[in-house]
Amino acid sequence: MQQALKPIYSQIKRITKATCSLHASTASNEEMALVHGRLAQVVKIIGEEVTLQVFSGTEGIPTNAEVIFMGHAPTLKVGEELAGRFFNAYGKPIDGGPEVEGELRETGGPSINPTKRLQPNEVIPTGIAGIDLNNTLVTGQKIPFFADPDQPFNQVMADVALRADADRIILGGIGLAHDDYLFFKKIFENAGALDRIVSFINTTEDPSIERLLVPDMALAAAEYFAVDKNEKVLVLLTDLTLYCDALSIVSNNMDQISSKDNMPASLYSDLARIYEKAAQFPAGGSITIIAVTTLSGGDITHAIPDNTGYITEGQLFLRRDTEISKTIVDPFRSLSRLKQLVIGKKTREDHPQVMNAAVRLYADAANAKTKMQNGFDLTEYDQRCMDFAKEYANYLLAIDVNVPINQMLDTTWKLFGRYFSQDEVAIKRELVNKYWKEKSPAVS
Amino acid sequence: MTQGTIRGIIANLIIAEAKGHVAQNEICYIVAGEEQLMAEVIKIQGKNIFIQCFESTRGLRVGMPVNFTGRMLEVEVGPGMLSRIYDGLQNDLETMDSLFLQRGQYTPALDDNSRWDFRPLATVGQSVRAGDWLGEVTENGMAIKIMAPFDLEGEYQLKSLAEAGTYGIRDTVATLANGKDHQLEVNMVQRWPVKVALKAYSEKIRPYKMLETGVRTIDCLNPIVEGGTGFIPGPFGSGKTVLQHAISKQAEADIIIFAACGERANEVVEIFYEFPELEDPRTGGKLMDRTIIIANTSNMPVAAREASVYTAMTLAEYYRTMGLRVLLLADSTSRWAQALREMSNRLEELPGPDAFPMDLTAVIANFYARAGYVYLNNGETGSITFLGTVSPAGGNLKEPVTEATKKSARCFYSLSQRRADQKRYPSIDPVSSYSKYLEYPEMQEYLAEKISPTWVEQVIQAKDILLRGKELNDQISILGDDGVPIEYHDIYWKSEVIDFIILQQDAFDKIDALTKLDRLEYMLKRVLDIYRMRFEYQNFEEVGTFFKRVINLLRQMNYAEFQSEQFQAYEKELESMLNERRIA
Repeated sequence: MQQALKPIYSQIKRITKATCSLHASTASNEEMALVHGRLAQVVKIIGEEVTLQVFSGTEGIPTNAEVIFMGHAPTLKVGEELAGRFFNAYGKPIDGGPEVEGELRETGGPSINPTKRLQPNEVIPTGIAGIDLNNTLVTGQKIPFFADPDQPFNQVMADVALRADADRIILGGIGLAHDDYLFFKKIFENAGALDRIVSFINTTEDPSIERLLVPDMALAAAEYFAVDKNEKVLVLLTDLTLYCDALSIVSNNMDQISSKDNMPASLYSDLARIYEKAAQFPAGGSITIIAVTTLSGGDITHAIPDNTGYITEGQLFLRRDTEISKTIVDPFRSLSRLKQLVIGKKTREDHPQVMNAAVRLYADAANAKTKMQNGFDLTEYDQRCMDFAKEYANYLLAIDVNVPINQMLDTTWKLFGRYFSQDEVAIKRELVNKYWKEKSPAVS
Repeated sequence: MTQGTIRGIIANLIIAEAKGHVAQNEICYIVAGEEQLMAEVIKIQGKNIFIQCFESTRGLRVGMPVNFTGRMLEVEVGPGMLSRIYDGLQNDLETMDSLFLQRGQYTPALDDNSRWDFRPLATVGQSVRAGDWLGEVTENGMAIKIMAPFDLEGEYQLKSLAEAGTYGIRDTVATLANGKDHQLEVNMVQRWPVKVALKAYSEKIRPYKMLETGVRTIDCLNPIVEGGTGFIPGPFGSGKTVLQHAISKQAEADIIIFAACGERANEVVEIFYEFPELEDPRTGGKLMDRTIIIANTSNMPVAAREASVYTAMTLAEYYRTMGLRVLLLADSTSRWAQALREMSNRLEELPGPDAFPMDLTAVIANFYARAGYVYLNNGETGSITFLGTVSPAGGNLKEPVTEATKKSARCFYSLSQRRADQKRYPSIDPVSSYSKYLEYPEMQEYLAEKISPTWVEQVIQAKDILLRGKELNDQISILGDDGVPIEYHDIYWKSEVIDFIILQQDAFDKIDALTKLDRLEYMLKRVLDIYRMRFEYQNFEEVGTFFKRVINLLRQMNYAEFQSEQFQAYEKELESMLNERRIA
């Protein structure tokens, strides 16, 4: 790239908290620039006036600050050397190591032609029955955890990532607490998995607008490994709610009319651009995205989780089960849309019906519990449902479970046989004949 | 043509200055080096022309040239569109080479080198109006008509018509003339602007023919008709997409057009994979042979999303004019409304409710009005049945897109989160959903003839039982199981039988997924018979236990081939179970 002849300006007309505007004739849309030494990007051009969003904030920028346009959109140098390294939102190393040498690629590139995609068809086993049994994950899927800030979503995500048998794990930390950053670093090191992992980290200590760069950086690296190297790539993005907050700050500073919950009108498209990078590529590589969307007080009608839910292929909810004092994957609200592609096909034939019957009986238990709390008498069936629910939660839904899928199915049949009659379970008779287990005392 | 230059860029909104006249909704191309990016004029204010670009605007600069074309956004229609996968602007996605979509790459909708066996249908010398059939070719076993130009004004005379034989798609197959020596050559291809309704028919009538979908809760409680409109609002996870796919696979239509508008790419891929596999019982071919997919997935440029639904509708109108029954599905119209909102926002228009543009209701109404059942000039009929999904923000049905759509669509299939949570699929709420068509006398007559004279009565009875069951269930939860008469439990559980056996359906089970009308009639009669039976119970607990067994057996019947040995065996078992408790 040419270093010389970059146009320099020094007449800033307008400064807000996140943007500044100046007269410049050569800028192109989405071009990167340096404002007073800080990275910025063109977001609007009207005639001569160019508006830049300054990623690290505009504090202290004077009206005569030097503005240099760099002539290209955001880029990342990609190569095998990315592996095992930690970078900031701009793709600069933060682990004390050297700069990465490699091919320069624009981030936030074009979308894959839908007709070139393959249908996702490979199970990602995680050992967690709340996921594998009820909400099976598939390569090329995109799915977030919808979680309240106090829930252990980062721990569960790290478990999933390490057990998932991926060739490459890309961590995009968006407004990650510094402590959580150290948690990920340590858990990856302890697992001896560091060489499989690339991390782009923006912590809460970093400027919030920088967060807008992290998903694109992480996904540009993911595309390099999945498309150029045909690897199975797992991308972890935590927490996309903070990404959306950064979007709303910029849109607000640009005087745009906000839509629901003060979010920009383009929120759906902005999130889709990120999540739709998940794909099963024809040459064998894949990008799977597991993200975190933190909720406020469990409210999923807020614009961020709501738009996310319409884009992603399901969502996972965690819940504290006070009966067994463990965190479980909530079987009612969680959903993996792609599970239909693999359950009963790549997994055992009885998987779909066993899964549905168990969730239905668990729902009966929830109704019984409500009845009990309202002071009504329980029937004998209600009591059995509640006993079943307790064991089902403990041996299957709890996040500390780590067993293969067939064992999860066997355990569920044992619970059926223990608490219910065949009529109550209401599964196709051929399957009942094959798998039914009469009252067996011991469970796992 | 008019030339212009870029004066400003705000995301995908371009402000240009033009040297000459431009028209609202005119298509133009932005010249960015080697690339030509398609865009549409959406507002004109003095010398400022506001353009929405159908592509990424990264790297565009002030001063870049803009070439106006003098035409609105058009589709090209003709033989050779079936089983294709287009983007929202009718580019053939399968003929693009690269893995990623290249900006400024446009591929032709029709294959110019294709040749077709033409058979004349008209006689030289006859008078011809817009849309009249001149001849036909066969595509994937389907007769595709070659029609007089849709923009023909008044009557023309057919001067010449090609003989039966093989012709290229752009070879002249007919010439037309009007008195004032105005001569026109006609080939197999036509162009039509997508935002203008194609009305080459003689009249639109009230639809009355039921369109079978194989989905019990629709066909039974709230049927849709050929040429009807309906919409499916539902929060995410309530099964909208599965339901739409089921309908598209099973509905009795000649042509299926599926507009994936701003939705998940993997869902479109599912159609690519499934439809070519699905046998089409009517033609012996595959379902894909008579399907067209318009894929504008959520990560594709937002302006093309709005265009995609219009492109799909225009293709549907083309097939309707040749006397075919078209089923058009759009998933989801909310994404299209959001695309309008994004643009309205960038234009700094004063916002309406939830920042949507003020004319949203009118835009949606105009679109739904393009569906319908029509008589063509030659007395034949054609129809477009339109089913749109709506993705209400926060699952709230009071939001603007749902409310606007409710004013236009005649069937309302409300998906309930509660039912979805209970895994009662399809999660169409039996109480709040409706079909206006069920009230049409024409439709009632049709149903009486097609199914049975008492069918509508039975349907209304089933609806009443479901509503009654819901009310009683509320009572039971308030007063407690033993705080109400046993009769309450009895009626509640009988309504559950209807819910489990008629409403709930396993879209992933080969047999249960599709229910034909004869089977539906049989099963509805079966469950209504049970409703009329009187049973004896010692206490309320027996009611639930008894009906769970009844439901389990009826479900086994649903899973078995209709009237097969297995089916009859289950039914026999059911009879004896019912007789155990039955009071004569």
